[in-house]
Amino acid sequence: MKNLTYAEALREAMAEEMEKDSSVFIMGEDVGVFGGCFGVTGDLVQRFGEDRVRDTPITETAIVGGAVGAAMTGSRPIAELMFASFMGVAMDEVFNQAAKMCYMTGGQAKVPMVLRTPVGGGIGAAAQHSVCNESWVVGIPGLKVVLPSTPADAKGLLKSAIRDDNPVIFFEHKVLYETKGEVPEEDYTIPLGKADIKREGDDATIIATGMFVRKALEAADQLAKEGIELEVIDPRSLVPLDKETILASVDKTGRAIIATEETKRGSFASEVAAVISEEGLYSLEAPILRVCSEDTPVPFSTVLEQAYLPSTEDIITAVKSSL
Amino acid sequence: MKENKEELLEMLEKMLEIREFESSVQQYFAEGQIPGFVHLYLGEEAIAVGACSALKEDDYITSTHRGHGHLLAKGGDVKKMMAEIFGKVTGYNRGKGGSMHIADVSLGILGANGIVGAGLPIAAGSGISSQINGTDAVTVCFFGDGASNRGTFHETLNMASVWNLPIVFVCENNMYGISMPQYQSDGRKGQNIKDVADRAVGYGISGITIDGNDVLAVNEAVNEAVKKARSNGGPSLIECKTYRWRGHFEGDPTNYRDDEELEEWKKKDPIKKFSSFLLDEEIITEKEFKQIKDKIKEKVEEATKFAQESAEPSPDDVTNNVYFEEVE
Repeated sequence: MKNLTYAEALREAMAEEMEKDSSVFIMGEDVGVFGGCFGVTGDLVQRFGEDRVRDTPITETAIVGGAVGAAMTGSRPIAELMFASFMGVAMDEVFNQAAKMCYMTGGQAKVPMVLRTPVGGGIGAAAQHSVCNESWVVGIPGLKVVLPSTPADAKGLLKSAIRDDNPVIFFEHKVLYETKGEVPEEDYTIPLGKADIKREGDDATIIATGMFVRKALEAADQLAKEGIELEVIDPRSLVPLDKETILASVDKTGRAIIATEETKRGSFASEVAAVISEEGLYSLEAPILRVCSEDTPVPFSTVLEQAYLPSTEDIITAVKSSL
Repeated sequence: MKENKEELLEMLEKMLEIREFESSVQQYFAEGQIPGFVHLYLGEEAIAVGACSALKEDDYITSTHRGHGHLLAKGGDVKKMMAEIFGKVTGYNRGKGGSMHIADVSLGILGANGIVGAGLPIAAGSGISSQINGTDAVTVCFFGDGASNRGTFHETLNMASVWNLPIVFVCENNMYGISMPQYQSDGRKGQNIKDVADRAVGYGISGITIDGNDVLAVNEAVNEAVKKARSNGGPSLIECKTYRWRGHFEGDPTNYRDDEELEEWKKKDPIKKFSSFLLDEEIITEKEFKQIKDKIKEKVEEATKFAQESAEPSPDDVTNNVYFEEVE
């Protein structure tokens, strides 16, 4: 094992796949000599050259649309959008082009592209740079959607995403970039569609994503002192969703709390709640609860941003109310 | 420019094939045999044929909602195309795409597209692939005057110029984006310049305006641009002035234009222009011309029959192809 940051783990995944497959390339704003807005691409341009680590103009539509065309013609592009909030600029390319091309062409067109982009608040980036927009893409048939919470997951999932023959929206949480964790030395991948049980427990199930996996684990530590054992499940890939692992856990604990950073209304958390109520209702001993952000734009002031984001304490309160 | 008889006849045949194909689609749409929307290419045949005749099989094209002509010109199979337009399982897209989404990826046809201007960034992508994978494939990107007002046009021409991508941007200026005139000195207009090609200078690439109803002129211009792109000379913009004989879609009342304008343009029929040239220069005889027309008519009739007699897709197929699966 080695100790890497989330950002370093992502960079290793890209470097290894680029070494292995000459059709893999990166494009995005300031991904070259600047090293990426959050330093994820780092020195890759020195290692692979400007042809394969392409600095683009400010041109989100052409970045995503270009990735679609490149993917259809024998390349494996990794496109980067500097913030997930900028996805709105390129949304036709995400939802009408990348997602639908295979289906519309009756299975002819293969679109093996990854769209990497950071989500999340917590750094005072305000409303147009902090969105968690999982819900925009989770409901679009034809896309796969990933949001890792640890360096090891980030690396293994990104490698799978690059090798996947379909468009993958690869969300990264910007507060996690500098967090460290153990990463296997050897070559490995983590399949899309496989949840990970981050902590086992019998009293309640928390399904958490991204930054909220950490908060759920903190909540679990605190509750353990009171004798309450939480099971923390990280779906890791939102589409395809590992329903089996979630439902088995809910069946064991009888309680389901879903904790994500998204605004609550129409969220991925809502989708998980719907799945549990459709397929696991009779396992439940208490209502399903969602712990999500307020239904507002992300505010700027630290005080307001903290009021907007759910805290570890909010997760603890939700768990206790369901017991 | 094409000089030998065989190549000239191939171009004439393709133009006639598109004319016949579109006339049949018009008829069967009117009869209610074809569902959805259709956008016909009648009157614009010289552009698709002139441009695609400059390409190799492994070159790429991106197309538009008015794509039947481009696809046929790039070598699309008449039967599979017609069957797709009829929504049949034997169609190019197994009935999942229809007129606006026909593609033949194996022929480098990266699809018609239902979103105006969406083909442009996709063309940037196939241009990037040529560089990444070290091939000499060139992409011809077809789009209309209406699309030249979209951000995708701006972003793609800029990116193509900056990266020297091997793309030929072929703007089919048919004078209207649905009801909006591309330009007129007085009144409504989509843009305040007469020639879309003027925009090329803003991206640092070459731009020319040509007669889009002259297949030889189109072929000559695109040939030169393809040669340049293939030898690492970067992208070009070629604006082809033309006119669509039908409305934007079948059923369009065309209350935004005069009948006289249409009649004037019909006098500039690209097929008549080209066939007159071939006859005047004694490259073909009247008899040969008639034989070609009969052969094409029969070919399209066969395709229509194939489409009509083909099976509907199975309802069970609805959930297939959302994600890619390798076919053995």
